[in-house]
Amino acid sequence: MYELIAQYPFMAAILALVGLGMAFGSLLGFAAIRFRTEGDPIADQINAILPQTQCGQCGFPGCRPYAEAIADGEAINKCPPGGEATINDLATLLDVEPMPLDEEHGEEKPRAVAYIREDECIGCTKCIQACPVDAILGAAKLMHTVIASECTGCDLCVEPCPVDCIDMITEETTLQTWKWPLPARVPRELVIATDAEQAA
Amino acid sequence: MRKVWDIPGGVHPPENKAQSVTRPIASAGIPDVLIYPLSQHIGAAAVPLVEKGDLVLKGQMIAEAMGFVSAPVHAATSGRVTAIEERVIAHPSGMHAPCIVIEPDGENRWIEHSGLEDYTSATPAELLSIIHDAGVAGMGGAGFPSAVKLSTRPDTPIHTLIINGTECEPYITSDDMLMRERADEIVRGTEIIAHILGVSSIIIGVEDNKPEGIASLRSAAEHSAGIEVISFPTKYPSGGEKQLIQILTGQEVPSGGLPSALGIVCQNLGTTVAVHHAVDRGEPLISRIITVTGDSCREPANYEVLLGTPASHLLELSGQQPELCERLIMGGPMMGFALESAEVPVVKTTNCLLAPTRAELPPAAPQQACIRCGICAEACPASLLPQQLFWYATAKEYEKLEAHNLFDCIECGACSFVCPSNIPLVQYYRASKADIRRHHLDHERSERSRARFESRQQRIEQEEAEKQARRQARREAAQARAKEAGTKQPSRSDAAPDAADVIRAAIERSQAKKQAAAAQSQAQADMGIEPDSAQDAIDRAMAKRAAAAAAPKLSPVEQLQNNLASVQSRISKTGEKLEQARTTGEDTVSILESSVAKLEAKRDQILAEIEELGDS
Repeated sequence: MYELIAQYPFMAAILALVGLGMAFGSLLGFAAIRFRTEGDPIADQINAILPQTQCGQCGFPGCRPYAEAIADGEAINKCPPGGEATINDLATLLDVEPMPLDEEHGEEKPRAVAYIREDECIGCTKCIQACPVDAILGAAKLMHTVIASECTGCDLCVEPCPVDCIDMITEETTLQTWKWPLPARVPRELVIATDAEQAA
Repeated sequence: MRKVWDIPGGVHPPENKAQSVTRPIASAGIPDVLIYPLSQHIGAAAVPLVEKGDLVLKGQMIAEAMGFVSAPVHAATSGRVTAIEERVIAHPSGMHAPCIVIEPDGENRWIEHSGLEDYTSATPAELLSIIHDAGVAGMGGAGFPSAVKLSTRPDTPIHTLIINGTECEPYITSDDMLMRERADEIVRGTEIIAHILGVSSIIIGVEDNKPEGIASLRSAAEHSAGIEVISFPTKYPSGGEKQLIQILTGQEVPSGGLPSALGIVCQNLGTTVAVHHAVDRGEPLISRIITVTGDSCREPANYEVLLGTPASHLLELSGQQPELCERLIMGGPMMGFALESAEVPVVKTTNCLLAPTRAELPPAAPQQACIRCGICAEACPASLLPQQLFWYATAKEYEKLEAHNLFDCIECGACSFVCPSNIPLVQYYRASKADIRRHHLDHERSERSRARFESRQQRIEQEEAEKQARRQARREAAQARAKEAGTKQPSRSDAAPDAADVIRAAIERSQAKKQAAAAQSQAQADMGIEPDSAQDAIDRAMAKRAAAAAAPKLSPVEQLQNNLASVQSRISKTGEKLEQARTTGEDTVSILESSVAKLEAKRDQILAEIEELGDS
């Protein structure tokens, strides 16, 4: 054996490399089949960050399609309900630079909840069909109402209402939801004496 | 002598305690109005038990606890409820919250109450319910309902009770004065709490800047076994619960955990007095000691204040000069918050009203850039990295903030105090903590809506699939039927008639029908039977009328004669029918008889008319 290798070192080396290549190739091939991941894990992670309002403001029919689009290279700044926080999270996850929200798709608004003026509701069920999260309760020719805790504030029920009886009510700050504000940025003039003199 | 440990970090701000300890505790008296916020504690707000216009007595419960982690509210004097409305409360937001407003009647009449003769004969559960009903909530700062804090769970046995008399924050002396003047009450309350917890080791921890208080406590505790009064070097913030535990036991409360995990319960000094009053006298928590101090007050002192008293009343008592005071602070200079209005009532957690002059506590200097000097990290009692947290807070990197244990920050303000760039670090941490909590809440909510959205999608798909399946089933059934029909009439598909054939067949069919009808009517005519269909009758009537119209105008006599003829023909016809009916025995006989009679009467009438006309 040793003599044979010594005799044909070039051939031996090629054989050895081919053998190793085949062994590792088959190992990788087996692993690719055996440990195949179902679905798209990065899209799942992106979807978990998106606010799940299913509002479609990004131009995709729901959060999941947008998550898949981001995984395929779509811009991360098209989600107004998520706003800056979502963009930052996405930027961290995908290791890209955070960018400002694309105003074309809407602006970041405080959370709102749909409210049906119940006296005016005619029971047409159009809003129920529009609600992506089943947060509207009601039946044909019976008054509908919004389950406020489940409403994502996506606005989708407002447009189909034929009698315009749905309001989007902005969540008000209560003692429980009040928070300390971040300190305001201090202008340079207040800090540097020469700047202050120049400003004066 | 027990060993005393040290905590990392800490600062030594000017104490400024001497101003307010020169006078004994004075009563603040009864103010013109008492305001009771329904939420003076951590947990669910209390629910009002009184209505506007009700008379209440001193010590009467005016709002009951809502749930387990909650505390009731009691009236501090007798009077009338003048309103239940939104008022400014003691909160950094300066927001309004529902309050019960009482106008004292000055009689100060107590509600019937009695304490326990001997608390040792009562079970811990009974004592806890007394403490709960008395509305006792932690008087050190957070206001956690004491009954909840003292309810131990069997899986976490408690072996040590620590009474917190540290009072490390500058200016505040209410606990110091309490120790000096009411040490026996503190000891009594401590014994009751120890009895509830069933602990063997009781430590009262006091900073060494209160020698009079320590001496007074030691002499009061001489006769009660197990109570140790420990003094330790003064340093801010030794009074934090976790810091005090570390100082007295050398153990660190795990991050995110409670002292009970170490078998330790910590209570404030003021709370022990409230417990003593509740158990031994049956008096609910209606008053507390509050330090009113600051250079704008002529006579800084400690007052025994009825809860609900507006801050303005206390400031007046201490001779405060509002023109000297720029901002009013509830709590100390390190952890307190500025009040927007002096009408804010004092609550269970209020320990100090600070009315400093501008020179004494100048407004914060403008914030400058962080120079990474690291002094804040040296000052932090929780061994955090304040400058790093500041960095992440400005960038809103919540994950990094959590990874750097932002939630272990006790917001003591030591880092802001030492910062050479005047960065309000604690404010950044507070805002970030709230943002992170909000973020978590939003995430939870979005998970829930995702689940709802997905289940809806699934439902819609399922409905669609079912519809599809039904349609498929119908189609198959139709095909099966068609096939079956096909096997019965195999020629049908072969002899598929073209359109012209169909039309021709239809025409033939209709012609055949017409012919058959004509033949039938012919046969009927031959048989002498008039077709008595309604259409025929109408046709006849119309023809008759047309004929009558076409005919030249007849004279009345002729007309009557015509009528007579028609009536007579009808009589004869009806007579025939009657005969026929009689022979066949039909039940129309009686009807026909009556109609014959009617017709005969008509004939007679016409005859009479003709005669009349003939006469004239």
